[in-house]
This record gives sequence, structure tokens and C-alpha cells, in this order.
Amino acid sequence: MLSGEQGEVIERMSRLLVRLGDIYGADRMIPVGSVQVAGVSYKSIGDPGLEFLEDYAGKGAKVRILTYLNPPGMDLENWKDLGFPEDFAEKQMRIMKAFRKMGIITTATCTPYLAGNLPRFGEHIAWSESSAVSFANSVIGARTNREGGPSALAAALCGVTPNYGLHLDEKRKPNVVVKVSADLKFNSDFGALGYHVGKQVKKGIPYFRGIEGANTDQLKALGAAMAASGAVALYHVENLTPEAHLMDPKGLETIEVGEKELKETYGKLNTGKDPDIIIFGCPHASLREIAALAGKLEGKRLKKPVWICTSRVMREAANRMGFTEVIEKAGGKVVADTCMVVSPIERMGYKTTGVNSGKAANYLPGFCKQEVVFGNIDELLKRVLT
Amino acid sequence: MINPGKAKGEAIVSREPIGFYGGIDAKTGVVIEKGHELEGKSVKDKILVFPQGKGSTVGSYVIYGLKKNGVAPAAIVNKETETIVATGVILAGIPCVDGIDIDKIKTGDKLKVDADEATVEVE
Repeated sequence: MLSGEQGEVIERMSRLLVRLGDIYGADRMIPVGSVQVAGVSYKSIGDPGLEFLEDYAGKGAKVRILTYLNPPGMDLENWKDLGFPEDFAEKQMRIMKAFRKMGIITTATCTPYLAGNLPRFGEHIAWSESSAVSFANSVIGARTNREGGPSALAAALCGVTPNYGLHLDEKRKPNVVVKVSADLKFNSDFGALGYHVGKQVKKGIPYFRGIEGANTDQLKALGAAMAASGAVALYHVENLTPEAHLMDPKGLETIEVGEKELKETYGKLNTGKDPDIIIFGCPHASLREIAALAGKLEGKRLKKPVWICTSRVMREAANRMGFTEVIEKAGGKVVADTCMVVSPIERMGYKTTGVNSGKAANYLPGFCKQEVVFGNIDELLKRVLT
Repeated sequence: MINPGKAKGEAIVSREPIGFYGGIDAKTGVVIEKGHELEGKSVKDKILVFPQGKGSTVGSYVIYGLKKNGVAPAAIVNKETETIVATGVILAGIPCVDGIDIDKIKTGDKLKVDADEATVEVE
């Protein structure tokens, strides 16, 4: 690959992997089972990214393994009705076309594991999006570093990744214990907990105690918030996540999180007062989350826009079950492909956004110039039901 | 060596880090970051010398764009190349060396860069 007999694209991409491997002290390259590439929204990568992708696609670059994409900056089918700007849509479509030409599955989501890209326990993968990386490492027990857009693309085109970091047993050990005494009820409670812990442990690997019976939606919310407020790419939860029993947390520094800390975090994340729009689905909503929203909106009327963002695959199932219809009848939208963080909502007239996601609350002020109302699903809906 | 190749040219030196995204115009090769010591100068065909990259990871794609648009530096010389610049020069195919004592180089010096050998000579 490095000598160029497979063409210029593979020569450069394999060189990139080797160089990154040198920088991080990898001993060799290892095959990866699947890839998820970030840097998809035109809002994030702009013209430089678009031109790079078109150029490499034009040179015949083709992925070797199952490769998914992170969300683009708009619903790829329903963007016009939702009010996404035309000039933005044109560029976004060119980006998608370039990815498809490379053989990448353009099911674009931050929850690939809910949409047909599910690694097994212990499998080496090269994923990018920080919440997907956290879920794959922590909840599934697959192994990935947090890849950048180009390094993930390189892994997809070459089929390998450098062996360092979270691919290694010894780098998956916890370095801090988080003892949770707060009562975690709503998914937003897990988001607030994740936001608080991510701020404290930064790049660390937390080992949670005191979390009982969390479902995958709640673990998704927890991991996403920790990856956003900190850079947590792996966490363990006693008696819940698959590698926790292999770990020895004795003697580690302990952080305690009670009702007081959780309440303070809710306070900190609320920077706005009256939301113009409420957006659920960060990370992309599961079918269970869409069903829950539909259940709460059945026969009701909304006075402000409510979106739930999800992958195309989940939306199809929601359509079939009639959830989409119920949500739309109430005045809400099931938005596929994109999400509030990577879409240009600040250009669409929204100034204050209501969310139940710790991750979205973390990013919306900076990326989308939004004030944030952070609360659980019931509190948020109460503000907008007639 | 970060990326192989040889180049000769005139040095353009920045003592502060360079962020390529929003820092250099990929169409013209001119430094556009407000208040940057190289603001208004072109990096085209020069040997661009700076301590390290900074800022957005999209900077890698800007480096690629500079090359594609024919306004890239002939080579990049760093004190320490971080991943944004390393990724960019490899994608673009621009010779790049790091670990160089760049304090000894000044703007206008005629430089000979041999990235394969990881050497930089002032002629």
C-alpha cells in the first residue's frame, strides 16, 4: 500500500495511518471490522472538506469494509419542508454523493449500532463520532479510538488502523471511580450526570457505581454527554457494562455525585428561558424514544416546533408504526439523518432551543449560538403543549 | 520525516502557530487570520516554517485545498508537527519535516528541504 502500487489515494491514506501510528506509539496495524466517518456536515467541513472528498472520490477511492457516516447538516429527503437553506443543501448533497461514490453507506447517524452497523464484543473498529465511540467501547465492548474524519476514512480505504490506545487491554482500565447516589429517572438525568462527570474526569476512564438498571438509551445519553463536556471515550458501569467485571477499581480516586450535584448541573445547563423550538434525539433517538414521544403527543397540539432527530432506519420503523403520524398531527416533526448540533439552526431563525440531552446542551451555545433550556421530556413538553 | 519529498525555496517564517482553517485562504494561499504575524502574505511556493499547527481539524482539508489550487507551500518545516498538519500534508503530498530548530531560520533565507533525510539546509 505504502509503495504506491495501489494508486495515489491508498499510498497517502496508508502513509497517514503509519504516521499516526508512529505519533501514538503503535506497534503494528490491525484489521478493523467496521468504520464510521465523521466530518460529514457541510457546516463542519465547509468547502475545503467538500473539495477534498470530491477529489478523492474522483480518483477512484473505494472503501474495503462496512463504513457508515456521521449525520449531515440536514434531513436528506425532507430538507425543503423543514426550512433548510437551498445553498447549504446543494453543497451537502455534493458531499453525500462523494461519499457514496467511495462505497460508503450513506445511512448517516451518530447511532450506527441502531441502524445496521453493530460490532461485536472485542472487535476492533475505527469510529469517529464521540458518542458512538463511547457507546461502542463501553456498552458493546468493541474497541476503537476516537478517530478524526480523515483517519477513519483512511481506515475504511485501507481496512486497518494503528494498534494503540483503546485497542489495547491495558489502556482500557478505569482511573477514577464515580459513586452515584442521585436518583436517575429521566434520560436527561443521565445527560446531566454525564455532563458533570465529563467536566471532572476530562480524558479519563470512569468506573461507575450505583447506577442500576439503565437501558441503552440512558447509557447512550450518559456516554454522549461525557464525551462532549470531557473527552471520555470509554466508561464502565458496575454490573452493567461488559468489561466492568474485568476491572479492579480498588484504590482509585472517588468522585461522589448526589442530588445536589445533579441539580446544580441542571442549573448550569439552563442558559435560556423560553424555547423557540424543542429538539429531542441527541444522540439520534431510538425507536423506544420516538414511541415515548408519540405516546405523550397522542391527541395533543403543540404551539411551538418540536423535532425528534433520528436515523433514516428508525424513521422508517416509526412511519410503519404510525408514530411519525401521531407526532406530525400534534405539530411535531420526525427529522431524519441530521441533528440540531450539526445543522444550521441559527440560520433558520431559532435563538433558544429546549433539549433533554447533556451533549446538545454542551454544544448548542457554541456551534449554533443558541440559548438552552435543559430539562426532562415532561418539563419540556409542558412548555409547548396547548 | 512527516511526509517525503524534496523542495527548494524561500523561507516564510512564523514564530507563532498557524491555524489553517480560517487562517489561510485555500484559493489564494494568502494568510487571512486577523492579527497574525504573516497576515496578508502568500505561502505559495515558499518553504513555510512555523512551530506547529493550531485550531480546527478542518485545517487538514485546507492544506489539501492549497495544493489542489496550486497555491501550496513547496514544503513545510515545523518544530513539532501535530496531527492536523501531519494529516494535511500527507493527504496533499507536501514534503514536511519536523524536529527542526526553526529559531535559526528567518524569512527570506534560501532553504533546501530533503524530507526523506529529514534535513533542512540554509543555502
